[in-house]
Amino acid sequence: MAGIMSFAAYIPRYRLKRMTIFQAMGWINPTTILLAQGEKAVANADEDSLTIATAAGIACLEGFDRSAVEGIFLASTTMPYLERQNAGIMAGALNLRDDVRSADFSSALKSGTSALLSALEAVGSKNASQILVAVADCRMGRMGSPQEMIFGDGGAAFLVGNQEVIAECKGSYSLTCDFVDHFRGSKTIFDRQWEDRWIRDAGFREFIPRAIDGLLRRCHLPLSDFSKVIFQCPYESERKNLAQRMKLDPSVVQDPMHGSIGETGTAHSPLMLAAALEESKPGDKLLVVSFGSGCDALYFEVTDRISARKKGTGLRGNIANGVELSSYPKYAVFRGMLPVDIGLRGEADLLTRWSLLWKKRKAILGLVGSRCRKCGTPQYPPQRVCVNPSCGATDEMEDYSFAERKGRILSFTGDMLAASYDPPELYGDVEFEGGGRILCNFTDCLLGDLRVGAPVSFSFRKKYYDEKRDIHGYFWKAVPQKEVA
Amino acid sequence: MATGIRDKVAILGMGCTKFGERWESAAEDLIIEAFQEALADAGIEKKEIQAAWFGTHIDEVHVGKSGVPLATTLKLPFIPVTRTENYCATGTEAFRGACYAVAAGVYDICLALGVEKLKDTGYGGLPATAAFGQMQAMIGPNATAPGLFAQLATSYFAKYGIDPATGKKGLAHISAKSHVNGAMNPRAHLRRPIAEEQILHAPMIAYPLGLFDCCGVSDGAAAAIVTTPEIAKSLKGPDPILVKALAICVSSGEESLFHTWDGAHLETTFRAGQMAFQEAGIRDPREEISMMEVHDCFSITELTVYEDLQISPRGRAFEDIFNGFFDLRGRIPCQPDGGLKCFGHPIAASGLRMLYEMYSQILERWPEERRVKNPRLGLTHNLGGIPSTNVCSVAVIGR
Repeated sequence: MAGIMSFAAYIPRYRLKRMTIFQAMGWINPTTILLAQGEKAVANADEDSLTIATAAGIACLEGFDRSAVEGIFLASTTMPYLERQNAGIMAGALNLRDDVRSADFSSALKSGTSALLSALEAVGSKNASQILVAVADCRMGRMGSPQEMIFGDGGAAFLVGNQEVIAECKGSYSLTCDFVDHFRGSKTIFDRQWEDRWIRDAGFREFIPRAIDGLLRRCHLPLSDFSKVIFQCPYESERKNLAQRMKLDPSVVQDPMHGSIGETGTAHSPLMLAAALEESKPGDKLLVVSFGSGCDALYFEVTDRISARKKGTGLRGNIANGVELSSYPKYAVFRGMLPVDIGLRGEADLLTRWSLLWKKRKAILGLVGSRCRKCGTPQYPPQRVCVNPSCGATDEMEDYSFAERKGRILSFTGDMLAASYDPPELYGDVEFEGGGRILCNFTDCLLGDLRVGAPVSFSFRKKYYDEKRDIHGYFWKAVPQKEVA
Repeated sequence: MATGIRDKVAILGMGCTKFGERWESAAEDLIIEAFQEALADAGIEKKEIQAAWFGTHIDEVHVGKSGVPLATTLKLPFIPVTRTENYCATGTEAFRGACYAVAAGVYDICLALGVEKLKDTGYGGLPATAAFGQMQAMIGPNATAPGLFAQLATSYFAKYGIDPATGKKGLAHISAKSHVNGAMNPRAHLRRPIAEEQILHAPMIAYPLGLFDCCGVSDGAAAAIVTTPEIAKSLKGPDPILVKALAICVSSGEESLFHTWDGAHLETTFRAGQMAFQEAGIRDPREEISMMEVHDCFSITELTVYEDLQISPRGRAFEDIFNGFFDLRGRIPCQPDGGLKCFGHPIAASGLRMLYEMYSQILERWPEERRVKNPRLGLTHNLGGIPSTNVCSVAVIGR
């Protein structure tokens, strides 16, 4: 029985009101006023598709044994690396075993569902028992473009397995068509698209019903059997039109969350699937269709296990945690769209020494430290000689993972002198629960949120970008948590 | 059985440049300026110097590595020159090398010189370097010195329940006191008294430290020529200034990795102080020390150093600060020359600059207005690195 064992979504903390975009950029493209409703989720300056997918992956694996994961598939059209496997970086961040299968799925917005299908087939054929599938996108629309209004940032992750599933995959149908609605060459950052009316009429109106029809025929089911029909389509009118054409009750059509998150590309139909799963009950049949260079249609049936699932923050919680980013220029700087002066100090050469990173990969990507077998002292970064002055044992260490541990702030500052795209640069010393300390950045917060003794958790983030060599460096940062009384 | 450095080495001569934005001078010019003064003060010839220790820290923005820059600038005649680097204790470390060589009986007369030319970077503050290694460069915050030491303040305020507004006032007094002293010193970089009000309202550099909580960054050099007490007596009379203690203490990783450090004090300073007091035979530093030049890279550093050196009780340095205990006319004048606050901090020169001030005060060389009363023992202190991981030096000189 191949299906989904666990799922999670991750939506970055910042929300940009579309009216904020219009107020800044509407002068160049006044018709974007038609899109200037609601808000969209935007990545922080230290987030990208890889960190978003990783955050979703971490949430998805909460309560599951990571050493049981035998594969990791990452899907995105906005991965940081063309050569250097992005899924491999994520495997390091999740501290997965070395002997896992991995793949990057890219270049089509349907690659999220394609990754999901590949994982389902791998576990279905018993070639693997658990595979993590993570999807994320941070697509770039030019300043003032309709895409800038529509696109949002987000991700989702699914643990796919062949037992103890909360939703079983019972069928699929795929279409592959070189229908170029949106495209980017390998050297292009910003999305380009053809005329909306053509995309709507010749694209969505044709392919969505075709994919659904193909699946239904293959599974010998009527559409009316499904409790939720999930398809991505950024055109609101066309979604309504498609529902009408397919004689779907509006309550059966999954909300695309365009007003709160935006259209998240590769991640979008998977995100909508996660939203549907959060609301589902045993026996529900879900039909999910992706769109982009064709379609994948998948049919899931929710099992009894859905009721026992641990809920966590969830997509709903992620949406509720949003904080407005009220400055358009700040958003534009975060996305690298505006050249901005961070001072000569920011021009220091950030040399990535790959052989050093390889030696220290567990410590850097996985935030793995060491714990002394003799005295039990956890320490980060990993040591060979125990730091406990009353121990001092040499080579008595075992790996000790800090990434999932909470911590408390020991000291902090907001540094206006340091080079930063979001000054002041926030950092300080954190003491991990159970022992161990780290000097690290704080993120997703303001200086006023920091207090000695306040609880934090850790998040995998972009640490630096080396412009000269196009290198994205990653590490962990502390995120202040709300105190639970 | 080791007996320490006490009374085994005498200071024969010292020199110190004017510190500041020495746009007109290269590091080589600063070396010559400090050396010539020290040589004249010692009353010897260059050829009498048998070995030298040369301190530079951020060598990549000025002279480069090794002992060669000192030797070639001064045309030292093929003598041994050792380059020292130990963060902000670099200058004191050079002095220590020279002193130990004399004390060991290997040489009669040695030179220690520290220089730093920091104002060739194009921006304010210390140059950004990978001072903590390549792994830290990849994972550490884009931290600066003010931010790293500001952490000491947030921890200190939290530990002792001091509200940041009151804390800032105490810190302001520390800086104001140094500016009063620095204003009287022609060799200081910043020579204006600054009102506490102005300090409190200055722009924030790294919370909670404002502009005047931070020392300047400047260019400078300082030098010492050391010899045996016997030679010093034969050259300069019966009562030379002697080295009483030279302590270096380096973090073991315990503060940054283990759970015992409170983040509100400097463990190395406490330990270096203990070592130095024992070496110098000082039982009660609050009673016996006449004056100090401590590492006031930031006002909060100076505050915690008062406590770590056991001059003020833990958590109560503010009482001494507000009572003027460390003012020029107070019980233990601290930073009588204006400190790093007014001199700025050309890293490798600072330790020797501090010794120069203590030496000059004991010799009563300064005008009455800025002279410390009855100076007997002078203490200098450097702290380099960050509060959790650092190198500390404490030196005591006197008669």
